[in-house]
Amino acid sequence: MTLLAFQGAVELGLIYALVALGLFVSYRILDIPDLTVDGSFTLGAAVSAVFTAAAHPWLGLALGAAAGFCAGMVSAFLQTKLKIQPILAGILCMTGLYSINLRVMGGRAMISLLRVDTIFTPFSQGPLGKLPVAAVAAVAVGVLLILFFRTQTGLCLRATGDNETMVRSSSINTDRMKFLGLGLANALVGGSGALIAQYQNSSDMNTGVGMVVIGMASLIIGEALFGRSSVPRSVFAVILGAILYRIIYAFVMARGLAASDLKLISALIVTLALSYPVVIQRYKLRKLMKEASKDA
Amino acid sequence: MLELKNVSKAFFPGTPNERKALQGINLKLEDGDFVTIIGGNGAGKSTLFNAIAGTFLIDGGNILLDGQNITFWRDYKRARQIGRLFQDPLAGTAPNMTIEENLSMAYLRGTKQGHRPGSRKQNEEFFRERLAELGLGLEDRMKTKMGLLSGGQRQAVTLLMATIVPPKLLLLDEHTAALDPGTAEKVTALTRQIVQRHRITTMMITHNMQQSLEMGNRTIMMDQGKIVLDLQGAQRQGLTVEKLLELFRSHSQGEGDNDRILLS
Repeated sequence: MTLLAFQGAVELGLIYALVALGLFVSYRILDIPDLTVDGSFTLGAAVSAVFTAAAHPWLGLALGAAAGFCAGMVSAFLQTKLKIQPILAGILCMTGLYSINLRVMGGRAMISLLRVDTIFTPFSQGPLGKLPVAAVAAVAVGVLLILFFRTQTGLCLRATGDNETMVRSSSINTDRMKFLGLGLANALVGGSGALIAQYQNSSDMNTGVGMVVIGMASLIIGEALFGRSSVPRSVFAVILGAILYRIIYAFVMARGLAASDLKLISALIVTLALSYPVVIQRYKLRKLMKEASKDA
Repeated sequence: MLELKNVSKAFFPGTPNERKALQGINLKLEDGDFVTIIGGNGAGKSTLFNAIAGTFLIDGGNILLDGQNITFWRDYKRARQIGRLFQDPLAGTAPNMTIEENLSMAYLRGTKQGHRPGSRKQNEEFFRERLAELGLGLEDRMKTKMGLLSGGQRQAVTLLMATIVPPKLLLLDEHTAALDPGTAEKVTALTRQIVQRHRITTMMITHNMQQSLEMGNRTIMMDQGKIVLDLQGAQRQGLTVEKLLELFRSHSQGEGDNDRILLS
């Protein structure tokens, strides 16, 4: 892998870290598997591309995240007020968002941002290229997230995923917490999409496909390698996990594997990580039975 | 204080499985009352608590708390004034959060939610003092995750959480039933102490007949969704467990399995 490719991987990792952080909020903190992510990532990218093309990249970034927030709120509405199962609510949002995303992009499957100023443009002449922007984005979001989880609202959000009954008996409306949490999670995802569109100078209808699994793989890799004992530790583990995921991705690509194969690898990583406890338990039981049969 | 007017609730209404869990319950509690509730399984004791706490809405009747009609309030809104403990020590606390964080959550009850840091210094001191009163040495383990505590410790902390902002009404649903006798006694003593100090109006479900007579100033017996016996004052004084059982037999309808009250 060349140094340039490596730097590119780190940059992408830092930007995609926002997706992983979004999943950290919805999946880890709230304990809700939120599939809205696939749609809200593309939504953020689409909104960002449209505004960037109209020479408002910063506005595009803000509105991309805001659009993601709204998508998350819709998902929360389906789950709390209409009592639809979280997985199904996510699928409904994702499907609905496909049409909306196409509308946002003016019916085109792709918007190209060549020779258009993005938020990366002023920095791209520097020695490190786009890296500082991506790093500042990821670290700033990470720090803000840690600070947020220290507030009372953040505490309530964490408790909602931990023991909903207890939170309700502390006179806190857990529905509202889910609105906030899923909104925040998808705002992070939308923001990531918005950054990616400007980073890659294009927005594509299919960028978001499989984003949940990619985000989860990053989350799991990060937590496995760097720990998850506290919120600050988890947040930085997740960011590092996302970077690592992109480095693996670049490595695999350099070896000549098709980029499309990585989705399968991501799915396998997530499957392995989720099934790990069961597999270990089975193994231990087998061993125990063998020992017992010796004495019999 | 608390007033239930003709409260009724049926499960699976209109189906062959219909079960009338509460049938025209009328009950009035005075300020500072401590009512113990006894009755066999399925008598409607927990359903009564669920109705009061707002876990579900009742089918008919009205619930008044301190003159306010709370019949259609959502559960979390009622929680501002009603504290509740369950039999399951796991139900009342968040296992992956520290003792301090759990207490901070409970401390929010009634206060307006803001963006102040969740664990402030002065709160910390206050929590430490309150934990010390439990006499379990937990004041030095405030950063310990709740999930690492034993059932009895968790239930004691849950009791503290439910009363750290003294509620108008405290509902105790067999909160010592899952604990070993020694720990149960300790939690019971703590309950007595805390309720007395803050003069909290309390309702306690128990299967321990002795306890139902020893604690509080009033005993209610439920059977098949109705209050069949309401003992207080002179009537209750000097009552023995044998006499209470006698009364239960004469008032309950389900003959033959009257002894379930003892077994359960």
